[in-house]
Amino acid sequence: MRRTLLAIVLVLLLGGAARAERLIVSVSNHRVTVTPNYSGEELVLFGSVEKDAATPADRTDYDLVVTVMGPRADMVTRRKERTFSIWINTDYRQFLQVPSYLALFANRPFDAITSPEIARRQQIGLNNVLLTQRVSGDFADVVPNDAFRSAFIRLRTQRGLYREDASAVTFLTPTLFRTGIPLPAEVPIGTYEVEIKLFANGAFIGKTETAFEIVKVGFEQFVATTARQNGLLYGLATVAMALMTGWMASIVFRKD
Amino acid sequence: MQLYLPIADLPVNVFLVLAMGAAVGFVSGMFGIGGGFLMTPLLIFIGITPAVAVASVASHIAASSFSGALSYWRRRAIDPALASVLLCGGVTGTTLGVWTFTQLRALGQLDLMIALSYVVLLTTVGSLMFSEGLRALMRTRRGALPPRRTHNWIHGLPLKMRFKRSKIYLSVIPVVIVGIMIGFIGAIMGIGGGFILVPIMIYLLRVPTSTVIGTSMVLTLVTMLFATMLHAATNHLVDAVLALILMVGGVTGAQFGARAGQKIRGEQLRLLLGLLILSVGIRFAIELVIQPSDLFTIRELGVSG
Repeated sequence: MRRTLLAIVLVLLLGGAARAERLIVSVSNHRVTVTPNYSGEELVLFGSVEKDAATPADRTDYDLVVTVMGPRADMVTRRKERTFSIWINTDYRQFLQVPSYLALFANRPFDAITSPEIARRQQIGLNNVLLTQRVSGDFADVVPNDAFRSAFIRLRTQRGLYREDASAVTFLTPTLFRTGIPLPAEVPIGTYEVEIKLFANGAFIGKTETAFEIVKVGFEQFVATTARQNGLLYGLATVAMALMTGWMASIVFRKD
Repeated sequence: MQLYLPIADLPVNVFLVLAMGAAVGFVSGMFGIGGGFLMTPLLIFIGITPAVAVASVASHIAASSFSGALSYWRRRAIDPALASVLLCGGVTGTTLGVWTFTQLRALGQLDLMIALSYVVLLTTVGSLMFSEGLRALMRTRRGALPPRRTHNWIHGLPLKMRFKRSKIYLSVIPVVIVGIMIGFIGAIMGIGGGFILVPIMIYLLRVPTSTVIGTSMVLTLVTMLFATMLHAATNHLVDAVLALILMVGGVTGAQFGARAGQKIRGEQLRLLLGLLILSVGIRFAIELVIQPSDLFTIRELGVSG
């Protein structure tokens, strides 16, 4: 915990040192372990806005946008169409290196925090987050209302893996804030980046970053890793297991 | 009790899966079949992706057919020569099947192909079996004798071989072809193929009923073991935890099913089985025709970093 705080301070000193405000943040747990009976949990991110001498004295109404991004992966979205009276996957789009988990939290609606222009530049809101697609050999993001893009976001949201909540961040005092980061049962494992962006009067003031890690432990994870890395060995073990079970059954239930 | 399936990547209720295994095991024991054609659809129904379902059921069928094959072996109801010729074809067919499976998966058409094969195969076999069962039932009502078995064109093919235990003299060509076919569809559809293989062996190859089930179980066993290996090594889709729960439920259910099956007459059994197969096929057909609730699907291509 102390090391992470130190890291944050270092980042702040090296990066946004010239800024008038500093953001100090931390998450309740930097290493989440997913056990076999894990059914989702919530991390808490808390922090404060530190003013210094350069801060205008009357500045109090801060806005915060917290972006949590899980490990990146390539994904394919397919669309079914009716062909010969049955439904077949016909068209598809490939999404390149998009976050497997994505959450955007704010203390009030995104469009009230800042202008559409800044929101787009700072990737505020699911509609503004960059989701690179491969479109006929080109790499680009498309308009937010593109059928594949919106279907992609909708399906991820249904599984609880993409979310935006414009009331999740609460200010306990004018400078002290906290937000919950819900992690569903089928949360992808890996490193999660958290980006906290500070706004005041519609202007982007500064940001800070932190991270946490999700690791799976236990027998299930061992099985999954073995299956992926030693496919042949895993297959042999499964085959042996099948034969053992069959043999045991024939002994247990032997009639003579 | 919730349990997280490592490969299927979703939590399931252990008792639900155990009960499904037992129910399918009961049916399979009753009719003397592997039950893959029921198990795979049920798994798809509870939310497991067709690809994982097909690959995991293969090992489940291997377990139940091994326990069956062992008891048939003790009763000397397996023809080793016939089984090995069938296996030559079976192993080739399985390899082809797993290869096709991988190709279809990359194209995004695997789910469709699985559903289509189920529709075509199950409705055909189901209606054939159902009508045959009906006819047999009518015949026994009228007290008529079953039609006499005659030799067909298959017995005119070259490369003949003598299968001692089955007491038949038969060309190896149709036997190998049948093996290839069963291995191929088994690997793609996640079925042992017993419910197709047994009728083919009886009606087309004229294998006597004394050795037919035991021998077909050997083919099922080896092709399914082989399919498990290939699916595990190439597609990494075999969920061992899921398979183990299914196996335990399946082999237990099969014992009770076998006892229940002995109380029902052969023709009625075939009629029921035909009806069962037919309804699974129709269920898949309906699924294909009605508009899916969501036209879009996402597939992750693997997390990096």
